[in-house]
Amino acid sequence: MAKYKMHMLVCGGTGCHASEGQMLFENLKKEVQDNNLENDVQVIATGCFGFCEKGPIVKVIPDNTFYVSVEPKDAKEIVAEHALKGRAVKRLLYFDPVRKEQIPDSKHMGFYKKQLRIALRNCGMIDPENINEYLAADGYEAMGKVLLEMTPEEAIKEVMDSGLRGRGGGGFPTGLKWQIASKNHADQKYVVCNADEGDPGAFMDRSILEGDPHTVLEAMVINGYAIGATKGLIYIRAEYPLAIHRLKIAIDQAREYGLLGTDILGSGFDFDVEIRYGAGAFVCGEETALIHSMEGERGEPTFKPPFPAQSGYLGKPTNVNNVETYANIPVIITKGAKWFSSIGTEKSKGTKVFALAGKINNVGLIEVPMGITLREVIFEIGGGIQGGKKFKAVQTGGPSGGCLTEKHLDTPIDFDNLLSVGSMMGSGGMIVMDEDDCMVAVAKFYLEFTVEESCGKCSPCRIGNKRLHEQLDIISKGNATEKDLDNLRNLSNVIKDTSLCGLGQTSPNPVLSTMDNFWDEYLAHVNEKRCPSGVCKDLIRYEVIAENCVGCTACARNCPVNCISGERKQLHVIDQALCIKCNACLEKCKFNAIAVI
Amino acid sequence: MTKIKSLADLKKMKSELQSQVALREKSETPEGRVLIRVGMGTSGIASGAKQIMEFLIDELEKRNIDAIVSQTGDMGYSYAEPTVEVTLPKQEPIVFGDVDQKKADDIIEKYIKNGELLDGIIPANYETIDKK
Ligand SMILES: Cc1cc2nc3c(=O)[nH]c(=O)nc-3n(C[C@H](O)[C@H](O)[C@H](O)COP(=O)(O)O)c2cc1C
Ligand code: SF4
Ligand code: SF4
Ligand code: SF4
Ligand code: FES
Repeated sequence: MAKYKMHMLVCGGTGCHASEGQMLFENLKKEVQDNNLENDVQVIATGCFGFCEKGPIVKVIPDNTFYVSVEPKDAKEIVAEHALKGRAVKRLLYFDPVRKEQIPDSKHMGFYKKQLRIALRNCGMIDPENINEYLAADGYEAMGKVLLEMTPEEAIKEVMDSGLRGRGGGGFPTGLKWQIASKNHADQKYVVCNADEGDPGAFMDRSILEGDPHTVLEAMVINGYAIGATKGLIYIRAEYPLAIHRLKIAIDQAREYGLLGTDILGSGFDFDVEIRYGAGAFVCGEETALIHSMEGERGEPTFKPPFPAQSGYLGKPTNVNNVETYANIPVIITKGAKWFSSIGTEKSKGTKVFALAGKINNVGLIEVPMGITLREVIFEIGGGIQGGKKFKAVQTGGPSGGCLTEKHLDTPIDFDNLLSVGSMMGSGGMIVMDEDDCMVAVAKFYLEFTVEESCGKCSPCRIGNKRLHEQLDIISKGNATEKDLDNLRNLSNVIKDTSLCGLGQTSPNPVLSTMDNFWDEYLAHVNEKRCPSGVCKDLIRYEVIAENCVGCTACARNCPVNCISGERKQLHVIDQALCIKCNACLEKCKFNAIAVI
Repeated sequence: MTKIKSLADLKKMKSELQSQVALREKSETPEGRVLIRVGMGTSGIASGAKQIMEFLIDELEKRNIDAIVSQTGDMGYSYAEPTVEVTLPKQEPIVFGDVDQKKADDIIEKYIKNGELLDGIIPANYETIDKK
């Protein structure tokens, strides 16, 4: 076997794939061959590095050189310079917008410094389509250990002692869940992996499945052995074609090696996995709805109890865990509960993967130890706010979560702390907002999503959220009174208390948390009929600032409704009656002569 | 593909495959390892830097030394090539010039194993990309 001195890891995740990653990979391989380097340089397509915004990414090992926004045509130069002459191609290095310098390797990037990768350990590290790479990286060892050296009780105890809590949103202790399922006796039990991932902007689970599908399979076998189930189902949304493709390859390879199937590793234990496809409804991520959907019924939640662990898929005891939860399991088994529980806070152990997005310099997928502060995540890993603007809020927990502010920046992130400040961990969406974001509009955005995704089975959620959305709309148009704000709060509380499932029970959170933290902003909309961030269209006007206007006509030429008049070199004027507030004039004016008022 | 029938089989297979990803895993955690960079400018290659690099990789592995060997561009000492830069854990890098197989062997045995300095050290005044 060739002994490679250099590995070129090319991102093959969805984010980079979309931007010509595949062609880049092929070009690199070809260049390596053309230069007779195929015994020295190995080119591998891996999963996501988390830095998708700047993709396609190429990382060169052993020096950890990190190339960003690489185009297929750059392959020639990378091989000629880096592989042949040992010189990094400087123009492709990451340019740090804060430090204003090029960063030579991933170890020096602020984005990676505070990250700790457990669930994502193999993403960007191994070829997810090659089981041998997974085996080389300790793959299936945890499964072997559990099946041959541990009793189911011991396996459950290890997971329990690790303190791992579910990463799908609820944060329920995983070991306890397994124990409950193990104690319910039945002729058949099921293990289900929840890969529905419906939060807007979330792609944690997709990245794990694309970058390291075997880890989920391995964990499911362990889960099956622990609770006495021989069948595993993965419920994945059909819009994840690459993840599905890689999962299928992984399942086939694991079967060929006998790592799925009968008498796994001679242990006498049988287990196999099937894929089930979801149509992409947010509510189908809720475990009872998910189970009904797999049974071929409507994907609607039902009241708990009975919990799936008692009566789940086809009425049998069923253990549902999230993708990221599973990705932690093999490491917990190999490195031990003690190691895992040494990471994190008292009641939230280990790490959490977040999809960092919004007005932040480093957008991407990160994994950080629990207990890290929002400040560290936003300003160190995230590199701070884009364009040097002012931080305003960070939304965690997606449509079920809330907006946190400046005063929460030093809160250590964990399940309980986020709940106590009116947000939640959720599945790991984290959206950063700056001074240009309007909190009423943000709340409205999430309510729009909830109204769209409500299954309609219970009225507080179906009707209540619609009313909430209407109210927010009225506020954003400047037609509400302070009394309406009271109603908004009351209705929110009723929806929370009376909805059937988690969707409705948490949907008012974006409203409540923005009201709690940005009350002044609501008052400005209501009392002054003003949107302080200049977002709500009905409350703003575009005006020409007379002192600055030089009469260049750029605005008038670009206004889609021709509502700007004025002669060359004369002051221009906007006809407010016709203006549709499209922002085009403001973007085109080079003289800062258009303002939002 | 043949089936993996036991835990022993699995472990055996892993040990055979491990070298595939070992370099990547090591590079993830360079701290605490010996870092070696071989100067591979055009003159470096001509003066046998590639052979020295291969020698170092093979010998370090044989002698069970936890090191990461990489290549780097021209270090700016074309008069002394091949050049080899060694960074022991928590120490400043040291550059050796005119490294042949014998000297590479000395670097491993004397400097890396025992911290003994050898002759042929070049004062570190060069600029590498890390320093910029
Ligand atoms: C509306 C709604 C949507 C949900 N969506 C997901 C999802 O996409 N993925 C997920 O793993 N869990 C989701 N959950 C949580 C699941 O019901 C369940 O708690 C979880 O899959 C259990 O796995 P865990 O304990 O490993 O987190 C959702 C819950 C609700 C109420
Ligand atoms: S709370 Fe909403 S999503 Fe949940 S069951 Fe009721 S209507 Fe359906
Ligand atoms: S905001 Fe749009 S519609 Fe209004 S004046 Fe400017 S360009 Fe015209
Ligand atoms: S683009 Fe600006 S400067 Fe030019 S005419 Fe319009 S407002 Fe005046
Ligand atoms: S998909 Fe390439 S870095 Fe995320």
